[in-house]
Amino acid sequence: MTASTANWSFTQDDFTGITESLNRFLGETKSICALLVDRSGQLVTTVGDATGLDTTAFATLTAADYSANDQLAKLVGESDFSSLFHQGEKESIYVADIARRLLLVIIFDSRTTVGLVRLRMKGEIEELTLLIDRVFSRGRNGAAPEEHLLRGADDEIDKLFNW
Amino acid sequence: MINYASREINCKIVYYGPGLGGKTTNLEHVYGKVKPETRGKLISLATETERTLFFDFLPVDLGTIRGFKTRFHLYTVPGQVYYNASRKLILKNVDGIVFVGDSQAERMEANLESMQNLYDNMAEYGYDLTQMPFVIQYNKRDLANAAPIEDLQAALNPGWEVEDASKHRVQPDPYHAGQNLVEQVSGGEWVERAPYFEAIAVNGDGVFDTLKAVSKLVLKALA
Repeated sequence: MTASTANWSFTQDDFTGITESLNRFLGETKSICALLVDRSGQLVTTVGDATGLDTTAFATLTAADYSANDQLAKLVGESDFSSLFHQGEKESIYVADIARRLLLVIIFDSRTTVGLVRLRMKGEIEELTLLIDRVFSRGRNGAAPEEHLLRGADDEIDKLFNW
Repeated sequence: MINYASREINCKIVYYGPGLGGKTTNLEHVYGKVKPETRGKLISLATETERTLFFDFLPVDLGTIRGFKTRFHLYTVPGQVYYNASRKLILKNVDGIVFVGDSQAERMEANLESMQNLYDNMAEYGYDLTQMPFVIQYNKRDLANAAPIEDLQAALNPGWEVEDASKHRVQPDPYHAGQNLVEQVSGGEWVERAPYFEAIAVNGDGVFDTLKAVSKLVLKALA
C-alpha cells in the first residue's frame, strides 16, 4: 500500500531557512504574519504574529480559495492566477503560489501597502522556491526521513485507537 | 505530511459519496463527540439549505506517536452530481478515503454513479484507489427500505483483482467474523475488498468505527 499521494517532509534545516526568509520579508514589508500552506490545505509553518488566528482553518480555506481560483483561471483561458489579493477594511491578505506545491499567505494592515507587499513578493517567491525545490527533490530521491519514522510503530498506532 | 520542525503528522481523509448520504452527518457526529481540546472548528461551506457547496472540514488530534502529534484533517465533498469540479479539488493530496454509501435500495444507482466518479477523479490525479487506505460505510441501516448488505457489497465492493502473486493469501476481515478482505473467488482469481462498516450516522452508530479504521490504515501505510 502506498503511504499517501503526496509524501514529503521538512527537516529542521528546511524550517530554519524558511523561517529566516519569511522573518526578513515581514520586517521589510511591515506585514503582520506569513503562513506557508501546502496545496492540500495543511499548514507548514506560521511566522510573525498570528495571535487569535485559527491557523488550521485559515490554511484549509486558503488552499480551497486558491484551488477554486485556479479553476476559474482555466475557464477564462489562463494557466493560472499566480496571486490573489483580498482587501479588507483593516487587514488584507495576499496569496502567492510557491513552486506549484505551496502557498504563501501574507496578512497585512494599514502599516504597509499592497504595492510594497507585491513588490517584495517576487524576490521572496524566488527564495522560497529554491528552498522548497530542495525539499521536494530530496523526497523524489527516496531519502525522505519520514519513511522510517513510523516503521515498527504498529503497537503505538493501535494504542491511539483505544477510544 | 510530516513536519519535523513542529513535530506533527498531518493526514487528509475525504468522505465521498452520493448526495444526502450522510457525509456531513458523520463529521457533525465526530465534532459533537470528541473533546473540544482535541478538535478544531467544523467549517462548512454550504448553501442556505445546508447542502454542502464546497466542503466541510474538521481537524481532529488523535494523540502522539513517536513524539509526533498526529492530526487528521477530515473533509467531505459535495455529493450532488453537478459539483464535480469542487469534488475533484478536495481529493488533491488525499491520504485516505471513506465512501459513505446510502443503503436505501432506490439510491443504488446514485451510489454506483458516485463510486465511479470517485475512481475517475482519482485516476485523473494519477492515484490508484485500490492501493490507498479506503473504507466503505453503508449508512442509514435503520431505514425500512435499506438494501441487504450482501447486495450493497456485490454492487459497490465486489473486489478488485490482486495481481501481485505474493499477496495471494487469505486475509480475514478483522471487522466481520467469517469474511475475508483478500480471498480466492470461484473463478480462481484473487480479489481484495475494502473494509466496510454499517452505520446509522444520525445517532452515531458506526461513525467512529469507520473513522478509526481509515485512520489506522493511513498511519500503517506510513509505517
